[in-house]
Amino acid sequence: MGAVSVKAEALMQRLAGLAHPSGLRAARAAAMARLSAMGLPSKRDEYWQYTDPAALNASVALPAALAVDDDAALFGGLDAVRLVFVDGVFDAAASDDLALTGVSISRLANAPDGHWAETAYGTLEALGQSPIARPWAAMNTAYATDGLLIHVTGQAKKPLSITYLRRDQSADAILHHVIKLETGAELTLLEQGPAAARVNHVIEVDLSASARFHHIRAQGRDMGRRAVTHIFAHLAGEALFKSFTLTADGALTRNEAVITFAGPDAKAHIAGAAMGDGAFHHDDTVFITHAAERCESRQVFKKVLKHGAVGVFQGKILVKKGAQKTDGYQISQALLLDDDSQFLAKPELEIYADDVKCSHGSTSGAIDDTSLFYLRSRGVPLRAAQSLLILAFLADTIAEIEDEAIAEDIRAGLETWLARHES
Amino acid sequence: MLEIKNLHVKLEEEDKQILKGVTLSIGAGEVHAIMGPNGSGKSTLSYVLSGRDGYTVTEGSATLDGADLLAMDPEVRAAQGLFLAFQYPVEIPGVGNMTFLRTALNAQRKTRGEPEISAGDFLKLVREKAKSLKIDAEMLKRPVNVGFSGGEKKRNEILQMAMLEPKMCILDETDSGLDVDAMKLVSEGVNALRSAGRSFLVITHYQRLLDHIKPDVVHIMAAGRIIKTGGPELALEVENNGYADLLAEVK
Repeated sequence: MGAVSVKAEALMQRLAGLAHPSGLRAARAAAMARLSAMGLPSKRDEYWQYTDPAALNASVALPAALAVDDDAALFGGLDAVRLVFVDGVFDAAASDDLALTGVSISRLANAPDGHWAETAYGTLEALGQSPIARPWAAMNTAYATDGLLIHVTGQAKKPLSITYLRRDQSADAILHHVIKLETGAELTLLEQGPAAARVNHVIEVDLSASARFHHIRAQGRDMGRRAVTHIFAHLAGEALFKSFTLTADGALTRNEAVITFAGPDAKAHIAGAAMGDGAFHHDDTVFITHAAERCESRQVFKKVLKHGAVGVFQGKILVKKGAQKTDGYQISQALLLDDDSQFLAKPELEIYADDVKCSHGSTSGAIDDTSLFYLRSRGVPLRAAQSLLILAFLADTIAEIEDEAIAEDIRAGLETWLARHES
Repeated sequence: MLEIKNLHVKLEEEDKQILKGVTLSIGAGEVHAIMGPNGSGKSTLSYVLSGRDGYTVTEGSATLDGADLLAMDPEVRAAQGLFLAFQYPVEIPGVGNMTFLRTALNAQRKTRGEPEISAGDFLKLVREKAKSLKIDAEMLKRPVNVGFSGGEKKRNEILQMAMLEPKMCILDETDSGLDVDAMKLVSEGVNALRSAGRSFLVITHYQRLLDHIKPDVVHIMAAGRIIKTGGPELALEVENNGYADLLAEVK
């Protein structure tokens, strides 16, 4: 059997029993055609060399035990619009009234014919399929059952805060959000929670000129959960895109970000802090295309790994011909707390312009013994000293969050995790 | 205060004896100086007393007010009142100097069963202590020792000492890398902390630091032992004649 038929076979198995959702029919049909041509990834694909997609390919989601310890939810103290999903389904009763939010929000699940998203849904995902295929994203566009279609024309008064709750041990969710910011518009999107035992999650972010988008995500705990996520961002001139993801625990997480600079003088910063203890596989895969002049991209990814946890980073900066004065920066680092943990990094630069500034770095190492002794010699106990140094290691990623109150919440979340995983 | 008896120490990784029977007794309120040539074991003594990994005590003892120092974790030694001012203060990117000071102070108080210091009291205290060491607000905000000059790092060590109020202070070559003005500033900081209940062990190569921090007792260390003990005049003798004569004397 050839590679293509293996992929087609995998796809058939995965889709067996999945119903085609109604609405946005043309976009879904186009995505289905893309998906059929691609098939599903296997470990033999170079792009999936470090992350085995088998658990994503399986026809049913493996159950994931629900976390028992009751951590306080993040972002509780913020004045935000609360939006709740339970096992991948929007819970209107638990959410604020969508009509009162000051931005236009509707549910993907009941988008009527003629909805503005008809021309947006799946568009950036389709663009993001080249030069590298992303079958999970195409499948998401074809089969997503719920999500939010968000349109912002001015400055959103409050952040949108989405919480993804889990009730079912083995829910399998496909969620897709479309976010469109008009010229000069601004939005902060907060996401938290494990969503489902297995989740396929896509966000398309279309930023018009000078639009500003802030995204802070805390991917929920629950040791057994699995997730494949994609963010597709398209930036017009002078737009700003900032995304930070905190990942704590989870059997499998693949976070892809596909960012394209289409207009000059735009900025995109993407950062991730991941912490895994034991059966944890975390993959950050980023593809940034500079197709316009004087844009700045920054990737900051850090992982703290222990007891056999595995971290992966694949980050690419593609600078197209004519994208002069590009400023591209990329750093990926892992703190390995024992000899069993592993970090795999593949930084890539591909540059076709001659007047650019691009740099990348990747390191992995243990906690510095000298720093640890210095702290202990001042009276800080061993565990607290280790936690302090771990937080210090992750500080660069949190520094990418502009809002200090949100950053403080993330820090508190990190501290809770560290306290729970001290041994 | 500090009683060191017949202390023998070797490196953990290799079979190399560094300290070969150090005996030293420092009473409350006393200032002792240890001088000695490179490789005599001065820094090893300071690390062993403060609990750094990598050394094995093969014989002898060290007690602080009667409690066995060598059996304690470094953080417990600190809470019991031991402080080492490092020869090379460590840079810790990502940890703010203020956070560091407050964490250390509260950790020690907690270990001793005392309540944490309030944010307001802490700020007041740190500002007052920092001012006398000419440490500005900017330095307090920066990550611990990151981008500090040699002099700033040493002043930061003394600030920590002033904040933590230890009873037994060990200064490991605090004069190294300091210009005359910085040495004066650091010495004034140390002298301000001298009191009847606080003792100092000052490790140095040079007599000049002892012009500023006047010792009660001077020890000469060589090849892992204290070979001679005397008053401040012993430091002058070293300054004038070098170590050669002293080393010859004991051979």
